[in-house]
Parts: sequence; structure tokens; C-alpha cells
Amino acid sequence: MNALILQFRDFFVSLKLTIVLLALSIILVFVATVDQVNLGIWAVQQKYFHSLFVLWRVGDVPIPVFPGGYLIGGFLLTNLICAQAYRFKLSAKKSGIWLTHIGFIILLVGELFTGVLQEEFALRLDEGQTRNYSESYRSNELAVIDTTDPKFDEVVVIPEKFVARGEPIQQPKLPFRVVPKIYYPNAALAARDANVPGTPPTPATTGIGLQATSTPLKITYKQDERNTPAAYVELVGSEGSLGTWLVSADPRFPPQSFDYAGRSWKIAFRFERSYKPYSLTLIDFSHDRYAGTEIPKNFSSRIRLNTPDGVDDREVLIYMNNPLRYAGLTFYQAGFENDDKTTILQVVRNPSWQMPYIACTLMTLGLLIQFSIHLVAFISRRRLIATVAA
Amino acid sequence: MKKFIPLFVLLLGGLYIASTLLPPREPTAFDVAGFGDLPILVNGRMKPIDTAARTSLLLFQGRQTVVNPDGNKVQPSAWLLDVFFHSEAADKYRVFEIVHPDVLAMFELKAEDGDAKKRFSYADLIKKIPELERQIKLARPIEAQLRTPFQKAIVQLYGALVQYQQLKHTLAPPTSADFLGEVLRFQELLPAGVAAVRAKQAGQPHDEATAKAMIDLGQKYLFMSEVTNFLAVPPAANVPDDTAWQTTGQSLLGAFQRGSVDSSVLAFAGLAHSWREQKPTEFNKLIELYMAQIQLRFGKQIGKADTEARFNAAAPFYSSMTLYVIALLLALVSWLKWPDMLGRSAYYLVGLAWLVTTVGIGVRMWLEGRPPVTNLYSSALFVGWGSVGLCLVLEAIYKNAIGSVAAGLIGFATLLVAHHLSLAGDTLELMRAVLDSNFWLATHVIIITIGYSATYLAGFLAIIYILRGGFTRTLDKATADSLNRMVYGIVCFGTLFSFVGTVLGGIWADQSWGRFWGWDPKENGALIIVLWNALILHARWGGLVKARGLMALAVFGNVVTSWSWFGTNMLGVGLHSYGFTESGFVALSLFVASQLVIIAIALRPLAKWRSFQTVTV
Repeated sequence: MNALILQFRDFFVSLKLTIVLLALSIILVFVATVDQVNLGIWAVQQKYFHSLFVLWRVGDVPIPVFPGGYLIGGFLLTNLICAQAYRFKLSAKKSGIWLTHIGFIILLVGELFTGVLQEEFALRLDEGQTRNYSESYRSNELAVIDTTDPKFDEVVVIPEKFVARGEPIQQPKLPFRVVPKIYYPNAALAARDANVPGTPPTPATTGIGLQATSTPLKITYKQDERNTPAAYVELVGSEGSLGTWLVSADPRFPPQSFDYAGRSWKIAFRFERSYKPYSLTLIDFSHDRYAGTEIPKNFSSRIRLNTPDGVDDREVLIYMNNPLRYAGLTFYQAGFENDDKTTILQVVRNPSWQMPYIACTLMTLGLLIQFSIHLVAFISRRRLIATVAA
Repeated sequence: MKKFIPLFVLLLGGLYIASTLLPPREPTAFDVAGFGDLPILVNGRMKPIDTAARTSLLLFQGRQTVVNPDGNKVQPSAWLLDVFFHSEAADKYRVFEIVHPDVLAMFELKAEDGDAKKRFSYADLIKKIPELERQIKLARPIEAQLRTPFQKAIVQLYGALVQYQQLKHTLAPPTSADFLGEVLRFQELLPAGVAAVRAKQAGQPHDEATAKAMIDLGQKYLFMSEVTNFLAVPPAANVPDDTAWQTTGQSLLGAFQRGSVDSSVLAFAGLAHSWREQKPTEFNKLIELYMAQIQLRFGKQIGKADTEARFNAAAPFYSSMTLYVIALLLALVSWLKWPDMLGRSAYYLVGLAWLVTTVGIGVRMWLEGRPPVTNLYSSALFVGWGSVGLCLVLEAIYKNAIGSVAAGLIGFATLLVAHHLSLAGDTLELMRAVLDSNFWLATHVIIITIGYSATYLAGFLAIIYILRGGFTRTLDKATADSLNRMVYGIVCFGTLFSFVGTVLGGIWADQSWGRFWGWDPKENGALIIVLWNALILHARWGGLVKARGLMALAVFGNVVTSWSWFGTNMLGVGLHSYGFTESGFVALSLFVASQLVIIAIALRPLAKWRSFQTVTV
């Protein structure tokens, strides 16, 4: 082997590298945890863990200042696999180390999968309401809906980032272009009365935007708040502009209807939806408190689960520490609002959820074996000393 | 003869513990302890009045001891009796702690005027309550973490005063000098009074004086029902719901419909009368009768309440603290003189103290019907318990008093931490829905807490190594080697438990929230402990550190564990951010600084270590 390869091998099998990587990961986790105060849990995950480098923005230039989760994890994985292959023979004495390390490899890979594949949505249901979709916690979309046929809607959705970009959007299904004119990533709504003197002009020329106005807000990173973007969107057909609408992702802001080219349309900015091939109906939400207090004792949602093919039609009870797992999704009780009449379920898709279980079983077993070997050696040595002394 | 000295020490310790179990001597003829046993429902939990008295005192002044205006120490329940029934007297007790100079200035008080230069009575404060309310309005909209020390101090004081008002309206209206007379007249007037009020509302002829008296009383009781959330009146016999307790005010308002005053309220009125008029025989008889009445329905709960009141009075964790300190001193001296005799005495005392904490934790578990760790306070108890348990094992193996020194230090320190955490209020508070799972509390929480115990123990053993080796000549080669092995063994133990505990937490999260890992601060804290222990083990296996390096790393384990245990809660974000502790931040910073100093001492060149002048390790 040539010297360069040897150098590489020595680098990747070295225990010093392990220690440096462990130390780096400790620092990374610590800083990321403290930064949650500023950024919130989701942005922290993107910035520190699901990244190759932690970037620090000087103006518009991102400068890598620290290795990110993927980089440290990748190096740890390489280091572990190399060291394991190079240094340890398979033997009963080393079985504990083997199990622990293989478990750790699975854990790291599993976390990578989770980072890439996991999706989280919210499902908000009023009592008696039925829904077949959940909504994203962070992403929004501009939906243009053809409602002409009473039997079904034809929906075109434009992800928020295209609205943000501000370039005209031409979609073959739409007889007009969608031209985002102004976009606020987070905005507040206020009533507007053009009759009051001194009211500033609005970019909107039709719809609710004539009576309401939108002002930009600071982007929030708080865990219990979400950004509600707003935009002024112009629709331009072959004969010219149809008008400019104000749209907002604020749930209080309804979809707006208009007619064009002999068809009926609706336009709405809304939380990004994920449709399901089944529907959920909230039968009852209950919220018990401890006597004489506001301390929650239990919340639970009684739900009817229904598939159009009629294979599943049953009632389920979702409560704390008892989620519904169905069709690869987990529905858990996340909150409630509206005077205990609306339930909020969190919907999580995590296809690699078994990996941590396997990994941790292996690691626990490995550690137990490894430390038992130490303990037995320690006890037998003390016995020996005691015998010699006697 | 010398053989018996350790046993004699143990006997003394046992006598000391036994003395705490004796019922407190009553300085008066009143059955104050019996009154303290009466149950009330506060924050959803039925507890003895004694507990309400003690937790209120802790909230007001950071201690349970209370001195009456004549300068005599009294039972917490005796103080509460004055608050309930004799508010003019209660207002003169100096039970509100104020230390911030600006707050003192606002009340136009001088520190010298207070008891121990910091405790003041309600009467001292009353004049400036409107100003306090104005300041509160200014401070309220500001987020808790961003408030100035002055604002924090007034918010804290205001909370105490609100609770004081709640207590005052719990059993009787503080404005009624003769509540018994008032209630009896009310009872007598009720049928005629209700009729008069109805007639008045219907615009028919009525006795104006009776109607007015009724309406006035109604308003008084309405105020009383709104001001407090201490539920003192048990549900009537025809109400099936055991938790449907009422405030005294609500019950009195209910009398308008029922046509009669609830017997519990009559009992309170009788107690108020006999307490104010100094009639102990009457008072004691009433307690006995009232107790017998509620015993029929709440016998089991009253049994618990009685145990809880006795448990409060015995203060087992306080006695253990004393024993740990004595054990620590004996064990330290044993390194210089009479190693066998003193070492064994210390070992016995640690064992006794550990036994007492075990019983204390057991009683708390029985009272709550929960696994041992349910909040930050109980985690402090349990961390100490776990560490000292490990120390006992080490001491049984090595018999060199190191286990006892570590046990004394950690036992004392964790109980001290627990004491400060108890100032926040009732330590047997109810579990919020998200944590309401005995299975996971009994597995994840216990195991991860044992992981904390082990990591701390490794750190404290390392401190012993560093300080004893660095500053004394007593650390010989054999002792150093045994310490080295102890630390290594405990780090292994800690790695296993923190890892398994963290994993179980992940499984709990997956079971209830659909994700194994969410990078929540507390999860990250646990992860850092595991990573740090793994780092120590790899560094040792790879030969990168020898004994001294191992010790320095283990001491830093204390910092890592403290951050995970308390620091993450101080961030105030995430799913685990229960028990945000304000002054805790200063304490944590000081602790971290002290650990860094010890690490610096460990890293000095060997030549400077007093113990290893000839021997190299």
C-alpha cells in the first residue's frame, strides 16, 4: 500500500478521531440547544443537524463556521466502520463492542433517514367535522380552484416559494397567468375603509383586499406560533388583467370566488395540504381538568376513521401517550382550541421508525455484555488478591 | 471497647431520628396538630391543612419556621389558624421576605425594621399596596425572563400577597369578627330572607331590612367565593362526585338555594369562634366531631393526609442532611486518624441516612401513588439516593472511607438542592396530562435519573482524588489506584444507565408523539451526557488519558449533568421545560465555575501535587 492510502487508513481508524468527533458533536448539540431560544426547534434542526456545515451569514455570504450534523455523523460512521473492520476481530470477548458499534451505525443511518423522510402535519377538526387532509406546520401554498363541476374541484397549487419569487407563473390547466406582485413571509391583517380620508391606497383591485389590508410582521421562530404569509396576486388572461387579489394564509381569511372564461374559480392562500385516501371525523373531544384547577388531567379525541372503499369504518380513541397508527402515519393528540370543541392532532410520517428500536436494543445488549465482562474480571481479580492476602 | 464505638454512633443517630418522629409538643391547649390534619382541596389535590401552611410559608419567606408577634415559635398550622380566623393578629406576623432594596424603599421600610433584617408583616406593607398594584401592572406584560430584578421581586411578593388573601378567605370571611354569630343569624333568617328578596325582585311588598341584610351577605359571600381557590367544604352527601369540593363562599351562596348552611361551614364558624375566644375545650371537641363526620366518606384520604402531616413534621430529609454532614466529617477525619473506627462510624451513619431518605421517598410515593420521580424536586431526592446507594456499595468493597466522603458530600448537596426547589410550592403537585404515565415514569425517568446519579458520583470521586492528591499527602498509591478503578467503574455504570434511560425516553416519545427523537432541550441534555461518558471511556481505552486526565474528564461530567438536569429547563423552551428556576441560574453558574477551577487544579504538573512527590501515576 502506498503511503497516502496508509495515511488515510490511519486517520480514519484512529481513536483520536473518534474523540474529536464526539467532542465536536457535544459542542454542536449544546450550541444548537441554546440557539433554540432564538430560532425555535425546527429551524435549529435545519441549521445544525440536517446540514453539512453550520453557516454564519455575513451579509448575504454564508460562511461555514462549524461542521454540521451530517458531516460529523458521516465522519463518525466512517471512523466507526473503518475502525471496526481494521481493529476488532470477531470474538466472544469483543462481542459487546461489536453489538454496541453495529447498533450505533444503525442509529446514525436511521437518524439520517428520519431527517430526510420524516414529515409532520397538523390535523384540525371541529366536533362533527370530517376531513381527508392534514396541513403543514410551516409550508403554505397558493391554491387556484376550478369549482365549475359540482361533483369535484380541480385544484392547482403553487408552493409558497414560487409566490415569494415573484415571477409570473403559467400553468397549462389555468387560462390565466398568476403574477405574484407583493409577498410578505409573515403579515398581519387589518380592516380597511376607503371612505375614511387618509386611507393609503391598496394594490388590490378586487375581492377582500378592498376592505382589508396586510402589513408585514417580523418572521417568528417560536414553537407555538406560525408565520401567516400574505400576498397581492394579479391574474392576467389573454385579454389583460382580471384584477389583483389580496390573499392570506391566515385561517380566518376565506377563499375568494370569481368567474372567468365561463368557469367558476376560487383563489386562496392556505396551509399546505396533504390529502389522504381516507377521512377522519371528530365525534367528540373531551378535556378533563383536575378538580378546582385549570391543570389538564387528560385530553382525548373520539374519531371515526373511514375509507371510501368501506374496508375501514371504525371508531378510535386518541389520547395522551396513545396515538393512532394508520397507513404509515401516526396521529397523536397535540392540542385543542375553540373552547374544547376543536382538536388538533399531529400527523407524523416516519418510515424508518423501527431503526432506533433495533439499534438501541443492540447497543443496550452490547453495553451490558461489555460492562459485565469488566465486572466479572474486576471481581475475580479482587478474589485473587483476597486469596493471596490470606 | 473500640469495636463498639461505631455501633454507639449508629445508636445515637438512630435516637436522633426517633426523636423527630415524636409528635410535636403543643405549647397551647389547642389541638393544633388535629386541625393541621383536616383535609382541603388545593390545585386538584386533597392535602392536609398543615401542608398548605408549610408550602405557603415556604413561598412567602423561604422557610417553614414561623414566629408569632410575641416572639414565640409556633406550629405552621397555628399561624394558619390566625390567618383563617383572626386576621388582625395574622397581619402582624412577619412572614413576608423582602430583600430587594428598591422594593423596601417602595414600601418605605428599612431592612433593620424587619425580622432578621428581611421579614415583614402584612401590616407593614398594607399602606403601599396600591403602589405595588401599579408596579405590577407595569411588570406583568414583560416576559418573565426579561424582567428586571426589581420587577421579579415585586411579582414574587405580589404572588405571595395574593396567596395570603386566598388563605384569609378560605374558611371564614376576614371581615367578620363574629362569624359564628353571623352564620347562625343567616341560617335563622334564610327562609324569611329568601322570601323577602324574591318579593323585592318581583316588586311585591316585603321587609326591606331583611332583604337588604340578605343581599349584603350574598355580596360578601360572593366576593369570598371568587377570591380564593382553596376548596375547604367537602361535597354534600347527595353529591356523588368525590372531587366536587367547594370554597366556603360557594357553599354559603349555595345555602340560598338549599335553605340551610352546610354543616362543614358551621364547623368552621364554631372553630373560628373558639379560636378567637380562646376556648380550647370547645375547639378540640369541634375538631373531633368534624373529623368524625368527614371520616365517613373520606376515611382513606384523611389517613393519607394524617400521614402527610406527620411526614411534614418529622422532616426526614432534613434529618438525613444532618446525618450526611456528620458522616462526611467523620469520614474526612478518618483519613488522618483512627481510620478503622471513624471510617466504620461514618459508613454506618451514611447507611442510616440513606435508609431514612429511602423511607421518605417511599412515603412520598405512597402519598402520590406514583413512581419516585415526578418533578424536579423529587429528581433531586432521587439523584442523591441513587448516588449514595452506589457509594454504600463502593464502601462495602473498598472500606477506605472514600465512599462515605462522596456519600456525605452528594447526599448533603442534593438534599440542599431539593430544599431550594421545594420553595416553589407543593412538592406533591399533580402530574400534567403529558407526563401522566406511571409506566414511563417508572422506567425512563428512574433509569435516566440513576444515570445522573452515577455521573455525579464519578465526578465527586474525581474531586476527592484531585483535592486529596493535590493538597494533602494522604493519597497513597493503593488509594489512588482504587479511586481510579472506582471512577472508571462508575462511568461505565453511568454510560449504561444514561444510554438506556435516553433510549427509553425516545421510545416514550415515539409511542406518544410519533417521533423517536425531536432535538428537544432535555433530550439533547441526556444525549450530551451519553456522548460525554462515551468520550471518557474511549479516551481511557485508547490510552489517551491516564488517571489524572480521567479525573479531569469525570469532573467535567458534573458540569454536563448539571446542565442537562437544570440548564435545559432554564431555557424555557421545549416539551420538558417544567420548573423554570430563577435563582437556580446563579447557583448553576457558580457550580460550573467551581468545577472548572477543580479541573484546572487537576491539570497542574505532577510536581505540584503534594501526594505524588515520589510516586508517579
